Amino acid sequence: MNRREFLKSTTAIAATSAVSAPAILSSASAQARNETLLVIREEGPNNFDIHGVGTNRPGYEVSWNCYDRLMSHGVKKTADGGETYDRDTFTPELAEEWTKGDMSMTFKLRKNATFHDGTPITAKDVKWSFDRAVTVGGFPTFQMKAGSLEKPEQFVAVDDYTFRVDFIRKDHLTVPDLAVVVPGVYHSELVKKNATEKDPWGLEYTKTNTPGGGAYKVTRFQAGTEVVYERHDNWKSGKLPAIKRIIWRVVPSAGNRRALIERGDADLSFDMPNKDFAELKQAGKLQMVSSPVGNAMWYLGMNCKNPPFNNVKVRQAVAYAIPYEKIMDAVMYGVANPLYGAKSNTVSNVSWPQPHGYSADIAKAKALLAEAGMSNGFETTLSFNLGEAVISEPLCILVQESLAQIGIKATINKITGANFRNELLKKELPMIVNVFGGWLDYPEYFFFWCYHGQNAVFNTMSYQDKAMDALIDGARKAAAEGDRAAYEKDVKGFIDKAFAEVPRIPLVQPYLNVAMQKNVAGYRYWFHRQLDYRTLTKA
Amino acid sequence: MNRRPNPETAAIAVTEPPLPTLAPPAAPARTSAQHMSFLAHARYVITDNPVTGIAFGMFLVIAFCAIFGPWIAPHDPLASNTGSALQAPSLRHWFGTDQLGRDILSRVIVATRLDLAIAVFSVALVFVLGGLSGVAAGFFGGWTDRIVGRVADTIMAFPLFVLAMGIVAALGNTVTNIVIATAIINFPLYVRVARAEANVRREAGFVQAARLSGNGEYRILLTQILPNVMPIMVVQMSLTMGYAILNAAGLSFIGLGVRPPTPEWGIMVAEGAAFIVSGEWWIAFFPGLALMLAVFCFNLLGDGLRDIVDPQRRT
Amino acid sequence: MLRQIGKRFATAIPSVIGVIIVTFLLTRVLPGDTAAYFAGPAATPQAIEEIRKTLGLDRPLPEQFVRYVKDLGRGDFGKSLTTGQPVITDIAQRLPASAELTLLGLIISILIAVPLGILAAVKQGSLIDHACRVVATAGVSLPVFFTGLILVYVFYFILGWSPAPLGRLDIYYSTPPHVTGFYLIDSLIAGDPGTFRAALSQLILPAVTLAIFSLAPITRMTRASMLAVLSSDFVRTARASGLSPRRVIVTYAFRNAMLPVVTTLGMVFSFLLGANVLVEKVFAWPGIGSYAIEALIASDFAPIQGFVLTMAILYVLLNLMIDMLYGVIDPRVRLEG
Repeated sequence: MNRREFLKSTTAIAATSAVSAPAILSSASAQARNETLLVIREEGPNNFDIHGVGTNRPGYEVSWNCYDRLMSHGVKKTADGGETYDRDTFTPELAEEWTKGDMSMTFKLRKNATFHDGTPITAKDVKWSFDRAVTVGGFPTFQMKAGSLEKPEQFVAVDDYTFRVDFIRKDHLTVPDLAVVVPGVYHSELVKKNATEKDPWGLEYTKTNTPGGGAYKVTRFQAGTEVVYERHDNWKSGKLPAIKRIIWRVVPSAGNRRALIERGDADLSFDMPNKDFAELKQAGKLQMVSSPVGNAMWYLGMNCKNPPFNNVKVRQAVAYAIPYEKIMDAVMYGVANPLYGAKSNTVSNVSWPQPHGYSADIAKAKALLAEAGMSNGFETTLSFNLGEAVISEPLCILVQESLAQIGIKATINKITGANFRNELLKKELPMIVNVFGGWLDYPEYFFFWCYHGQNAVFNTMSYQDKAMDALIDGARKAAAEGDRAAYEKDVKGFIDKAFAEVPRIPLVQPYLNVAMQKNVAGYRYWFHRQLDYRTLTKA
Repeated sequence: MNRRPNPETAAIAVTEPPLPTLAPPAAPARTSAQHMSFLAHARYVITDNPVTGIAFGMFLVIAFCAIFGPWIAPHDPLASNTGSALQAPSLRHWFGTDQLGRDILSRVIVATRLDLAIAVFSVALVFVLGGLSGVAAGFFGGWTDRIVGRVADTIMAFPLFVLAMGIVAALGNTVTNIVIATAIINFPLYVRVARAEANVRREAGFVQAARLSGNGEYRILLTQILPNVMPIMVVQMSLTMGYAILNAAGLSFIGLGVRPPTPEWGIMVAEGAAFIVSGEWWIAFFPGLALMLAVFCFNLLGDGLRDIVDPQRRT
Repeated sequence: MLRQIGKRFATAIPSVIGVIIVTFLLTRVLPGDTAAYFAGPAATPQAIEEIRKTLGLDRPLPEQFVRYVKDLGRGDFGKSLTTGQPVITDIAQRLPASAELTLLGLIISILIAVPLGILAAVKQGSLIDHACRVVATAGVSLPVFFTGLILVYVFYFILGWSPAPLGRLDIYYSTPPHVTGFYLIDSLIAGDPGTFRAALSQLILPAVTLAIFSLAPITRMTRASMLAVLSSDFVRTARASGLSPRRVIVTYAFRNAMLPVVTTLGMVFSFLLGANVLVEKVFAWPGIGSYAIEALIASDFAPIQGFVLTMAILYVLLNLMIDMLYGVIDPRVRLEG
């Protein structure tokens, strides 16, 4: 027997006995290219259900496209002719209409909407899905709570097609929170059938199945490689999407993603690195769309609990020692909004994020450090998340170099993704570079999570200040009551305070970059920073 | 006797597995007369084999860069200059500049010391650990042999690069841990070579003679066996140096290497990889080239050294 | 024979046990907290503590270990956090991809290395000999990730000869019906030359990358073993009896020289299977290597343990197979070796 054949055949046998997956498709000839949209991204979903434990961001995209919510957002044009969701308007999705009372809101559901398997969608499915979201714990429950949606008793199925949400308190984030990814509507009977005693909400089933009524359903999935969707042809909650089949290929290497889109082998590349985006835009062969990510920023956080950063002068010194312009040019390639260099640290409007008054000024930084009694500098560490290395690493190198000029010797510390969250929870890292963004695009929302004395995990600096808490709580209350004047006063107050005491130094506001072939249209930016397939078309 | 060549040696793709041992065991300790012929032989090998000669020349260049790197680098390897970022090779920057405008030539030169240090220290560590346990296993046999053998087998059963990744990830990514990880995955190789060499000499005439003249076993191990095993181990060291450099670079490539902004070849290739498609090939290319040349040099040198040290195995 | 195989297996058991223990301990020291990952981005320390309890991570290590081994006994390798699938499913799905790539790489390597080695041995000391040595050494001196990147840049991006480095098959082809998991073989069984060509064109660049890396050990082994055989008595006899040099080399020397080469091949295969993690990363190849890297970066214990264990078992099996093969080729060699 030929040795090579022997090796080959035996390995083949071993492989066959280990795998017994069914043949997925007949090996018919290639699929027609024009009814299919090929999307490439760095990462794939680990769970199709946003209610699941540990669902990653790409998983949110699956949830968004495969489940309907009661309502969605309207659309508006951006300055460069693109489209973005409109934070302030709400449009019907599964609910045809609604009425908002003082302490409740009543929705009328579409009578012709069905799940993927043809079962009509009723109010009891909505109730079950919302109960699930507030009960399973973890991220979905947390997100529902952000809109004061906390208990199953708040959700009432009045009849088959009427659904009511009772408020436990006035909160102007309740309505926007009903249009985020979490409150999707699940096929309750189907999920219950696949639930077990240990897993009463069927989270195991929804992990790799999409029992919903959204515009798309997942028909093929290979973890870490691809997700294939087919259109739900009977979708009634909006205009029937043009694309019948979406193929989402996971391509970890940014270089490969760029090559693929540049050579026309992919239709849409989602979330491109800034450098590739800037260069491809200049080349002009592709449609390039870039939208500022709402309520998000790259920032440098300093631990306010421990010395030396518990001294506000030291923090201000650091804020004057950051090479902002260099970061903007060499790290962001100009594809970002600067959050520095305003005339002063006192703001005149309530927009967020907005620039602070610091800029690179080594002399001022040195003087402040001397005032703090540390003119000789000190040693510390500067940590970043390895998963965000494309931006964080060069950023940290520039910051490190600049800090050395005022005598601060920072050692750069790379932390792997899973461990980074762990370290953030411990709140002991002296200095970090990180990115954060909130779905709900309101300043008081951002501040509640990032600056409030409740010390949530996103308050990575452990900044705690009674006056700050009062301003944040005041703004939330004023918003719920619709008191515009009080709201503006408090918001300006907490922004001014955040800039004066700089527990975190805002650096830049990132953009979400998308490259498309010229024949693709209908892209829309969404607050959840995932791709909505429903409006896309391909000529 | 097992006629199979030592498979594990072959598995560490860099080294040549010893021949099926058809030849009688290598010669005992050299006399001074043999020493003379040894030097003559060394000269012969270097002059006769142009490849070894070239490798030796390359080695001198690498060693020079490692020692004098910081002084001969034309620019500060750490100084960023965002105004001249991503410039193609030119007269001012022979190897171009990277994303932050740092001079790549300077970074490549300065990195030599660190890369070489990782390789040298890891090889030295495994030389001591693996060499000693291997010699002891081969000389004493019995339980010592069984325990050392089991440890080596267990390490071999791991996918080696993944084991190194695991060790560095678990202990934290510092240079010391990269050195330790590289040493551990080379351990079985050294054990096997040392064990085989010690084993064939266990009952050799000169050992018997030492025993008869009243030397203890440990003394024999240290004064008789070890010096004789040394030459072949030195060859082994030169051969695995290249592998050690590749291993460290591989770890850097997946993000487990040294801390930024320290220049290191593997991490520079990894950083540059993202830029290749956009046409800035020089960022990854030159460090990659330096990496390749260094590994190449050590591999050829190892071959040459073997020819010098062990003429009977000369192929 | 069976008894010998059994005996050979028994000697491998301590290594496998060692691997299980070391992997278990290593993954427990890895930084990163599974419970924190499960608890999601907004978790409070209390919530994480609760999850830690439900996952059994608060138990003492020996207890966790016993539970882990029990699960292994039931064929349960745990679940991957990053893909959300049982590890055993993931590995079963990805192993054929890695094996196919490695095998093709090895075949290409053999096709180049064996003739190269023979040539070098026959012309020992000549310029050709030196050239062979330099070529083989140069191959092994190239970091695989670097070779892969350069090949992608040149052959896909600049020349456009090779398809996009997007895994095993162009997206507009569907996977052939599953028989062996090797797309090349499956597509031939299905009689689908189009898919075969598509799969092959995806395989070539990564396989060549691996082949370049594995050139050296095979060339060297072939050369060394040929030299040994060429100087042996029976070859001298054959030469003396007036057989043509070609005949001597091909039928006498080559056949005998292949014995150690076979062993080398097996080892190179198992080495490559573990070492191609970097190649898989560069080519987005959905194999077990890239799976392990991603898991390690994400501190995802179960897949790392599963991967290492699979590789260890493969290694043991492969060793055994080579021993048996060796016995078949050369009956003088007995298994107890």
